[in-house]
This record gives sequence, structure tokens and C-alpha cells, in this order.
Amino acid sequence: MSADSVSEAELHAWVDGRLEPARRAAVEVYLAAHPAERQRLVDYQSIDAELHRLFDPALDEPLPDTLRLPPARRPVRPLMWLGRAAVAAGFVLFGGVLGWFAHQRAGDALAAERAFVRQALAAHVVYIPEVRHPVEVDASQQQHLVAWLSKRLGKPIQAPVLESLGFQLLGGRLLPADGQPAAQFMYQDAGGRRLTLYARQGLPDNRDTAFRFAEQDGVEAFYWVDGDLAYALIGDLGWPMLDRAAHAVYQQLNP
Amino acid sequence: MSDFGRLVTEQIPRLRRYARALIGAQRADDLVQDCLERAWSRQHLWDGQGDLRAWLFTILHNLYVNGVRRQASAPPFESLPEQEPPALQPSRHEAGLELRDLQRSLEQLSAEHREVVLLVGLEQLDYTEAAAVLNVPLGTVMSRLARAREALRRTLQEPPRARLRRVK
Repeated sequence: MSADSVSEAELHAWVDGRLEPARRAAVEVYLAAHPAERQRLVDYQSIDAELHRLFDPALDEPLPDTLRLPPARRPVRPLMWLGRAAVAAGFVLFGGVLGWFAHQRAGDALAAERAFVRQALAAHVVYIPEVRHPVEVDASQQQHLVAWLSKRLGKPIQAPVLESLGFQLLGGRLLPADGQPAAQFMYQDAGGRRLTLYARQGLPDNRDTAFRFAEQDGVEAFYWVDGDLAYALIGDLGWPMLDRAAHAVYQQLNP
Repeated sequence: MSDFGRLVTEQIPRLRRYARALIGAQRADDLVQDCLERAWSRQHLWDGQGDLRAWLFTILHNLYVNGVRRQASAPPFESLPEQEPPALQPSRHEAGLELRDLQRSLEQLSAEHREVVLLVGLEQLDYTEAAAVLNVPLGTVMSRLARAREALRRTLQEPPRARLRRVK
């Protein structure tokens, strides 16, 4: 038994009660000879005990309605937890002028996201009922369509393939959005259900790739920001299916 | 409710405890809610056999990491030092550590260190589970754990008055 060659990992395993009996005995021999080390490990255990004292009460609290399953559909909620918390923290910590500026900044980002989602939803609702002219350039000219939209957006864009989910590309169109160009691709499945992918530049202060969910009048959208482009995937497919489609799109755009 | 829903619901209190320790009570429920939504929409990816708790913690970890990345590029007000005094916690004084300051010391850790200390010390995941949740090798878990625990211990050993004086 080599009490002298006790590793740091084993010392932590001793703290956590995860050592085999033989190694535990070896560690204890070592600790008996090194009281300062023993004190260090006991300190670690006190820290763990304090963590439990601080946070275990959360285990016994009744759950709020927001934490029930299945999850409730949420209305447009463009800032995820961190962003909203930042707005709240701005008020709580600094109040007054600083808080107000903080709120303005977060408010601007929020307004830009809301505008983006509104435009994407509006374009979806306007064009999906079209029977004769659902798209401006159809999928038979896909190469031209993609090159044209990339040029107009000023950023390379692709038309993701969603055939594994049963959706075929119908084509796409160019749209105006606050004086900027936006692109819309439209897809359709065998049952005639339609899905649109909307993209444009210009969402500020936001470089994460978290998906957000928005809903308006029964039409659902997942949207996210990826580099210079913001995307929204919209359809009336039910949330799980739309989520799968959004992940498929994201993965193809980020191979 | 489905089996899946029932099994996930059983884990919600632990997800909440972890989220509170990780980002504070004010924001924890939003993070857990996002985690539940994502888990719900991906239930087809859970095979029904594996460790559901580790799977849920993995989802929560990924959401948290995305959030931290977002915070790194967020407006400057978030990076200003916190001015509020920490809430006073009744505390035992053990082994010479100022455990009263634990919550604040925890906030001073990097996200990576905070996660590993909480997964192992509070959630009592074993090291292999923690490595799977964090998607890092076992050796990385052990070295982060060692650094994080030592960083906490050192912060808690400093007499609080000395820290206050340093600010003046």
C-alpha cells in the first residue's frame, strides 16, 4: 500500500466518499501524517455541506406553473433567460440613469428582435396561401435563386434540404424589411403543409445561437441568429416537428 | 401524463436547485423552463433506458453555456462590478472558513469551475457522469474540481475585513 503516492484526484475522491476501501485506507494513512492536508480536505467537505444548506431548500418548494409538463406554449419572448435577467439586473443594481441606459440598450435589441419575428411571420402568412405564385423563383432554378438572394442579402445564404422531414423546396423570394432586403424560402410536404425560412441581416447585440420560440395567431416560429444573419423557420406543424426542422436547418447551415 | 413527463417532473426540483446555485434564484426558473421545453421537444432522442437525470443536466448545461457565450458579447452594464452587499446568511463557522461568503465566492468562479463544483459537491454526480454532462474528459473534471475547490477555500479563508479594506 503506497500511502506516499496519493494523487490529488484520490484526495478529492476521499472528500466525495468515492474511494475503494483499500485506497481509502491508504489515503487515511497519508492524511494522518499530513494534518494540513487533512484540514484542507475537511474544508472542502464543509464547503459541500454549506452548498447543501444554502440550496437544498429549493428541493422542497412547490413548483410554479411555468415548470409543469408538458410545457405551456409561450407568447413571443424574444430575450432568453440571460437577456431578461440582464434587464432586471440593470434595474436592481444600478437603478437611475445607468439602469435606464441598460434598459434602453436591451430594449433596442428586444424591439429589433420583435420586428424581425413580426416581419417573418407576416411574410409567411401572406405567401403560404398562394396557389399560383407562392414563390418568385422556383426550385427548378435553385442555383440561380440562391446566388441571387445571397447577392441581395450581402451574405451567402443556402436553401437547406428538408427532404428527410418530407419537405421539398418550392422556391424563394426577395422581400423588403425596414428598408433592407430579406429572403424567404418556401417548402411543402406531400400533404400540402408549408414551411418558410426567412433570413436577413441586422439583429444587434446578439451573437448566441440559442433557438427562440415565438407564436402569433396559431403560427409558430423558431428563430435564431447565426453570424450576420438572423433566421426564422415558420410553419403550422406543431412544436416538436418545427423544432426538428429548425435543428435540421441549423445543422446544414453550420456543417 | 406520459412516463416521460412523469420521470422528467421528478427531476425538476434537482434541476431547480442546480440552476439556483449556478445563476441565482432570480433567473433559475427561466433556465429550467428552457431546459424542460428543450427536453420535451427532444424526447424522441431519449432512449428510455439511459440516465434521464444526466440527460437533463446535459441539456441544462448546454443552455447555460450558450447563455454565458451570449453574456460575453453582451452590453457593458453586465460587466460592471456588483455593488450590492451580499445578503446576510446565518452560518456556522467551521474550520476557520467564512462560509457566510460562499455564495459570493461561488459567483466569482469561472463558469466552468462553478459547474464542476456544483455537479460534484451539490448534485453528487460521480466524476464520470459529470464528465458526460460537461462533455469533457474525466481528467479535465478532476483538474477543474481541484482548482475550483481550492479557489473557493482560499477566498473563504481571507478575512472579510481585509477584502473590504482593499477596496478603499
